[in-house]
Amino acid sequence: MSATTFSPGAAREANASRALGRRRYRTNAIVKVLCVLATIIGLAFLASILFTLLWRGVGGLALSVFTTSTLPPGSHGGLLNAIIGSLIQTLLGAAIGTPIGLMVGTYLAEYAQGSAVGNAVRFVSDILLSAPSILIGLFVYQLAVSPFGGFSGIAGCLALAVIVIPIVVRTTEDMLRLIPSTLREAVIGLGAPKWKMIVLICYRAAKQGIATGILLAVARIAGETAPLLFTSLGNLNWSLSLDKPMASLPVTIYQYAGSAFEDWVQLAWVGALLITFGVLAINIAARLLLRRAK
Amino acid sequence: MQQAVAANPRPSRARSSPGDAIFAALAKASGLLVLLLLGAIIVVLFLGGMKAFRAFGPGFLISDDWDPVQEVYGAAVPIFGTVVTAVLALAIAVPLAFGIAFYLTELAPTWFRRPVSTAIELLAAVPSIIYGMWGFFVVVPIMAEYVQPTVIDNLGDLPLIGFLFQGPPFGTGILTAALILAVMVIPFIAATMRDVFETVPAVFKESAYGLGCTTWEVMRSIVIPYTRVSVVGGIMLGLGRALGETMAVTFVIGNTNRITSSLFGPGNTIASLVALEFPESQAGSLKLSSLLALGFILFVISFIVLAISRMLLRPRLKT
Repeated sequence: MSATTFSPGAAREANASRALGRRRYRTNAIVKVLCVLATIIGLAFLASILFTLLWRGVGGLALSVFTTSTLPPGSHGGLLNAIIGSLIQTLLGAAIGTPIGLMVGTYLAEYAQGSAVGNAVRFVSDILLSAPSILIGLFVYQLAVSPFGGFSGIAGCLALAVIVIPIVVRTTEDMLRLIPSTLREAVIGLGAPKWKMIVLICYRAAKQGIATGILLAVARIAGETAPLLFTSLGNLNWSLSLDKPMASLPVTIYQYAGSAFEDWVQLAWVGALLITFGVLAINIAARLLLRRAK
Repeated sequence: MQQAVAANPRPSRARSSPGDAIFAALAKASGLLVLLLLGAIIVVLFLGGMKAFRAFGPGFLISDDWDPVQEVYGAAVPIFGTVVTAVLALAIAVPLAFGIAFYLTELAPTWFRRPVSTAIELLAAVPSIIYGMWGFFVVVPIMAEYVQPTVIDNLGDLPLIGFLFQGPPFGTGILTAALILAVMVIPFIAATMRDVFETVPAVFKESAYGLGCTTWEVMRSIVIPYTRVSVVGGIMLGLGRALGETMAVTFVIGNTNRITSSLFGPGNTIASLVALEFPESQAGSLKLSSLLALGFILFVISFIVLAISRMLLRPRLKT
């Protein structure tokens, strides 16, 4: 053994393998550093966005933002009508879309296991989940704006409702599937009809998970701009009627951010600050809820 | 015995309960409504674009005109812009997303994984319009003052690839749009990669470590081959998202209906063109019809990409 170890050939081999080892470990170290770097870059983007919003937005935060409607440049307007309009459209959109999404999710989890129709519905719902939201705006424009001769708040709600459906479908189905089948069997075994089993037992067991889905959907539509451009259009005046154009925070931000007026751009940043932190807060709340649900 | 007799009629009553029939019908109807919704979107966009398809024929796809005065419209420029920005965005996003997913599954200390994961996922929650403002007020000035002049000076005169880096440094343009899109799709790709990396059985990885593999070697020769198909699915998901982004792109792409060879040149995408031109189109006009036709084309492209993504992802992630 010692004889071969000390032969010049083996020594060269050992050297070579040590060199190979060094190279492998060096590669490993380099890749690790690059991965840490990639993560830092990703986090830096988020930090930069949040910092920019705070830096530009906090200065404009004042009570008047919440008590005054949008006004012509230079007259100290606020965002009241946009905030109220956003709340109305978001809540109404979620209220229309949630029951439908809930029923679709129920259908997929409780009725359509393995059926061809069920698979098709799941497939289409997944596509709609990532479909460009601007096209949903165009779709609703053709159906609910163009035939009725005008932009309206309700058309905005409908567009947002279409976006809500696939999000609620996904979480509802996932959450219902987590429920052990023994629970279902126990309920059916007691003689309860299936619909009572679903509504009284399954929904209750999946309550937090389903609520997570609804919260995520609300967070998503609260920031949607593109679909509203073609449906509720935006309105610089105070208006609560659903059959007229309605203001919303994202559309107002869009109009103001591109304007040439200093105070409008400032208000756009305030609006951006409000909407982003609102949306992120809802998201974090939804995550905490989900963690408790699982 | 008595109990069994007493219980016997119950299941049959339950089975024939009218509530059950109604509830089942309602659930099924909702499911069919989703199918109807997709069909309706396709049909409505196609019918809306009918007038433009009829007026311009197949030439609509390859014409680079967009002339509201002469009423001549073509889809070539926005289709080009849509595809180029989305693909460039992936070129930037995929390596970063891979690094993040690798870090989150193999390198990060366990207690650190959840906060970092959440932070990356929150990038996906930031509304599109915020990316637009951030891009316009933060990224564009940086591109205009530092990145573009430096690159133009140093790479603009290179043979063969120099044309990619020429032109005035406005800060806006194709590359800036791709950069913003990249940031927007990173969370989707990274989250999918992280999830599929976690599906690799620990035994496989442990065997490789036992043979003396380094972390990177385990990644390269065990994890990636095992998850290859799903990783491509995740990338396609990011592509699908990038294709249809509207507000962020509208802010930074420069909005010019021209195909430029330079990465710093202005351009447009289907979504940004529709968002910008829509307010200036009359109901029933040829222009509006052309925009709807563009919408139809975008829908077809994203449908194909998203369908492929889902087919690749389905076997691995049971979603």
